[in-house]
Amino acid sequence: MSIDTQRERSPERELDTSLDAMPVIRGQLPRWSPWVGLVAVVLIVGGVLSATGLSIGLFAVVSAVVYAVGMYTASRVVEGPRKATDRLVTIIVTAAFLVALIPLVSVVYTVVSEGLSRFDAEFFNSSMLGIVGEGGGAYHAVMGTLIITGLAAAMSIPVGLLTAIYLVEYGKGRLARAITFFVDVMTGIPSIVAGLFAFALFALFFGPGVRMGFAGAVALSVLMVPVVVRSTEEMLKIVPNELREASFALGVPKWRTILKVVLPTSVAGIATGVTLAIARVMGETAPLLVTVGLATGMNLNPFDGRMATLPVFAYYSYVSPGVPREPSLERAWTAALVLIMIVMALNLLARLISRVFAPKTR
Amino acid sequence: MAKSIDVANLDIYYGSFLAVHDVTMTIKPQTVTALIGPSGCGKSTFLRSINRMHEVIPGARVEGRIELDGLNLYGPGVDPVAVRRQIGMVFQRPNPFPTMSIYDNVIAGMRLNNKKMKKAALDDLVERSLRGANLWNEVKDRLEKPGSGLSGGQQQRLCIARAIAVQPDVLLMDEPCSALDPISTLAIEDLINELKNDYTIVIVTHNMQQAARVSDFTGFFNIEGTGKPGKLVEMDDTKTIFSQPAQQATEDYVSGRFG
Ligand SMILES: Nc1ncnc2c1ncn2[C@@H]1O[C@H](COP(=O)(O)OP(=O)(O)O)[C@@H](O)[C@H]1O
Ligand SMILES: [Mg+2]
Repeated sequence: MSIDTQRERSPERELDTSLDAMPVIRGQLPRWSPWVGLVAVVLIVGGVLSATGLSIGLFAVVSAVVYAVGMYTASRVVEGPRKATDRLVTIIVTAAFLVALIPLVSVVYTVVSEGLSRFDAEFFNSSMLGIVGEGGGAYHAVMGTLIITGLAAAMSIPVGLLTAIYLVEYGKGRLARAITFFVDVMTGIPSIVAGLFAFALFALFFGPGVRMGFAGAVALSVLMVPVVVRSTEEMLKIVPNELREASFALGVPKWRTILKVVLPTSVAGIATGVTLAIARVMGETAPLLVTVGLATGMNLNPFDGRMATLPVFAYYSYVSPGVPREPSLERAWTAALVLIMIVMALNLLARLISRVFAPKTR
Repeated sequence: MAKSIDVANLDIYYGSFLAVHDVTMTIKPQTVTALIGPSGCGKSTFLRSINRMHEVIPGARVEGRIELDGLNLYGPGVDPVAVRRQIGMVFQRPNPFPTMSIYDNVIAGMRLNNKKMKKAALDDLVERSLRGANLWNEVKDRLEKPGSGLSGGQQQRLCIARAIAVQPDVLLMDEPCSALDPISTLAIEDLINELKNDYTIVIVTHNMQQAARVSDFTGFFNIEGTGKPGKLVEMDDTKTIFSQPAQQATEDYVSGRFG
């Protein structure tokens, strides 16, 4: 018995809009079939290719193609075209995901394996003052990165937050449109341009060739402000208007509604966006190269002279290693590893923040 | 506490679009007035103009007078924030603050306005308001839990508790039961009956039986066609409106012969 037999159609209905009949019950591939199929394809392709000379890239590509074609055909015969397409797309998406994963895993693997050799106490205890060859560390660069990014964050977060609040809650008309436009333009500024801007700006006040941490912080702010504005704007926009109206209806003024209802509701997303913006500018090299330069020793004063930062430290250790080369290259990798770890820590912090602040329902 | 509302020749605009035209009505203190009429005829718009919530929409404005015990709410120098403190509002969809506990939601009016109160007084206010909203027994053991964890009907009663905690003179309700099940609806209707001892209540409803059950007076709004402004067709005792209204249109609408 099947239900898919011709349905009665009334003759007077001239336009037939009923959907095409399709079988309600179809065959099904066993649940283990994708896995068994994958193993079988890998074994067969591996066998054939190893006979002719194995290349891992070729092996992966051929396996994937054979597997996709095989699963699609088998499924189409047994399960019908819709299920078959579903399986094919699942395979394609999974493959794309794996491909996207390759560079990520490869970068992390390389940095960790190369960087671990100098990931020691000395690296975090000493600067490069008086070091030639072996030893030395990047304590000064870690501090420099923290100070300069901290300053940049201290300048851009208030500006970015207030701009976003203006755009979402107050701004209308020409001014708001102009600000939105310029924020968009700023998002696209290449980082070296931001660096040159800060360099030129400070040269105006302090004479040509000036180098100081604060100039680097200004350059990073130029990059950071639009990111903070954009992410905060998105978060403020998704706060339902009903909450604002609920607050207005209680006789709460607008500014207090923003401060006590809108911001607390969106603080999780805003904090996440801000943290990610910090993480993003932390690894900038070019603007710091032109504005801050590099110092061999510790300099904790961002208003006086060159400072070391992790990205610039890694860059110089790599391009001008001196003789012998090896210790300097190792320090470059370790600096890169430390930078990745700080950024990762910031990402984790962002997750934690959004977990803690997110509105709860139970 | 309850105050009377006098509306005279009120025109309500969204930008250049005239949404409601020439409404004149009187609402007595300590009564329940129901506003009925087809969708889009401007009931919500009219309701929101009573507590000056209409103007929070960009371009929205009002011409005419609304007097609260003789004070013109749209007169020069009148602060809309102050007006909203006297005229509370309950919305169609329950909207408790998601970041606040049940307790904090009830006293949101105080908290958000930075009104300093002793803990004991606050506890007392929370209990009184929740009892007033018929919610106390259901939530008294979980006051510190988030308000958004309650059921729809409970959330709506929480919003009523929040609105009455600031002791307004008038309570506006815009289809407060339209998102609720019949049992929660009944709970809120009972509540309205009790609240009218202390407040002047104006309620918009799509439900004829509800209007008949809860209200003393009923106003019927109608609209002649899309793009035309909504108008108050007639307003009278609820009994009269539902048994022998003066206008044919009202008769048609309340007896379901509309359109
Ligand atoms: N925010 C708004 N902007 C512009 N027009 C609106 C807005 N809200 C409602 N209107 C219009 O005002 C008229 C009345 O709407 P409304 O008061 O919501 O009717 P009701 O509550 O009786 O269903 C409708 O024509 C509607 O399209
Ligand atoms: Mg409405």
